[in-house]
Amino acid sequence: MNQNNEVKLLHEHYLKELKREKRLVRFSQLLIFILFFACWETASKNQWIDPLLFSSPSSIWNLFISKSLDGSLAANLSITLSETVLGFIIGTLLGTCLAALLWWSPILSKVLDPYLVILNAMPKVALGPILIVALGPNMASIVAMGTLVSVIITTIVVYTSFKEVDPNFIKVLQTFGATRRQCFKEAILPASFPTIISTLKVNVGLSWVGVIVGEFLVSAKGLGYMIIYGFQVFDFTLVLLSLLVIAVFATLMYQLVELLEKKLVKNGSR
Amino acid sequence: MDFLTLKGIQHTYFTVSSATTALKDISLEVKEGEFVSFLGPSGCGKTTLLSIIAGLIQPTNGKVLLENKPVNRAENDIGYMLQQDYLFPWKTIEENILLGLKINRSLDDHKREQTLSLLRQMGLQNVEADYPKQLSGGMRQRVALVRTLATEPKLLMLDEPFSALDFQTKLKLEDLVSNTLKRFNKTAILVTHDIGEAIAMSDRIILFSASPGTIHKSFPVPSELKKRPPFAARNHPLFNDLFNLIWKELESLEPE
Ligand SMILES: Nc1ncnc2c1ncn2[C@@H]1O[C@H](COP(=O)(O)OP(=O)(O)OP(=O)(O)O)[C@@H](O)[C@H]1O
Ligand SMILES: [Mg+2]
Repeated sequence: MNQNNEVKLLHEHYLKELKREKRLVRFSQLLIFILFFACWETASKNQWIDPLLFSSPSSIWNLFISKSLDGSLAANLSITLSETVLGFIIGTLLGTCLAALLWWSPILSKVLDPYLVILNAMPKVALGPILIVALGPNMASIVAMGTLVSVIITTIVVYTSFKEVDPNFIKVLQTFGATRRQCFKEAILPASFPTIISTLKVNVGLSWVGVIVGEFLVSAKGLGYMIIYGFQVFDFTLVLLSLLVIAVFATLMYQLVELLEKKLVKNGSR
Repeated sequence: MDFLTLKGIQHTYFTVSSATTALKDISLEVKEGEFVSFLGPSGCGKTTLLSIIAGLIQPTNGKVLLENKPVNRAENDIGYMLQQDYLFPWKTIEENILLGLKINRSLDDHKREQTLSLLRQMGLQNVEADYPKQLSGGMRQRVALVRTLATEPKLLMLDEPFSALDFQTKLKLEDLVSNTLKRFNKTAILVTHDIGEAIAMSDRIILFSASPGTIHKSFPVPSELKKRPPFAARNHPLFNDLFNLIWKELESLEPE
């Protein structure tokens, strides 16, 4: 009885320590955040940095309010966000499907191998002008950019992980008479979920790059357009506002992927 | 009539740099309900032979007949438990043991109940919802055995099922497996490095010699040992005699 109590006390102590540490981390994070913006504001107000170039949190905030009220921020944001999400989803799905195709046909994968390497090494955004001429200066070509930057690397990484699945899992399935299709569904795909999720995380960043560059080029709508416009009229408050909005939403997307990870990757390790 | 017949099996592995003959002139008959052990030095082709019997690899030469027919994988006549348990880590224990039934689309409520009850008979209560990594090595082996038995194969092949276990767990599992197989009157082939295990569990022991793998000798196990469960058989005086006999034979196979 006595010993039980002692263990209980120790456990409580352990939990308390854990909580204390968590509070400390959160507090420090908040402190850095506040300090950063406070320094920025003060430096800008006192002209230590050029306010024309670096703007200041307060003027960004004011611009944010006015852009929110006239609805232009929401309009541009929704365009960019839908392009990015589309590019991200299409890139990942297409890449995974291509990887499945390569796994299905070993000959095809051997034939295509050098081409994949070349395509991967090439800077995809350099294809932007061609895409815009081919698909027109509209949403389609921007989504295509968002897709293009992620699809090849997804194909390569996912295909590699398909190949690295322990062949003995396939052997187990084959002793039960499984078809190739069943092997893919029961072993190859689920074994690769962790890899697919981590490419998803990379793809979040890549799709934003593709879409923003696409919007630079098309220069009609979206957050990328706001940046390039602000740059042209030398309104760096606008540029910084767009950047901050992008940072917030890219982070949100990342968090969503992590949520998905918790759902998909289950092996009792929680 | 023989249940399983191997006729002149030969197998060569080809790689870019070499051609390894793993098996040569393997001919063998196994009767229905018989328990046969394969014993032999590492690399003598035991796993290869099991893969050939299971139809996973095509032998370079020779034939495998099960009840006078070539083996058809889709019919699930053969259950093969690999050298390690290979439970799918992303599936729960229940999903793992029902895998074979799911693959050949014969999963129904009755079969599910039957398989889950087999799991309980193996002494595994309340683990259905767990994942493999939450179980110990011995528990995982038992789950793998249930998975293999679930499709009710006519022939069961076990590749060193107990080699990764501690001695005590191993002795307990030997009894459990032996009982289970006797109860279902299954024909079985066991691969092992352990002479004692081969004697305790089987009706006949086949000794392989290496490079290339051939059948060196075959030892029938005396009926006094056969009718006892493995643990009791280990304590019988005849056990030691046979052990020494096989030990000497194995020694003579060792290259100097
Ligand atoms: N996929 C393969 N490609 C080439 N050679 C192979 C392959 N698999 C096995 N071998 C060779 O065939 C021989 C027999 O291998 P096998 O795995 O059947 O032996 P084993 O008797 O099961 O050994 P162990 O007792 O260590 O499990 C070995 O010499 C091995 O090197
Ligand atoms: Mg082996």
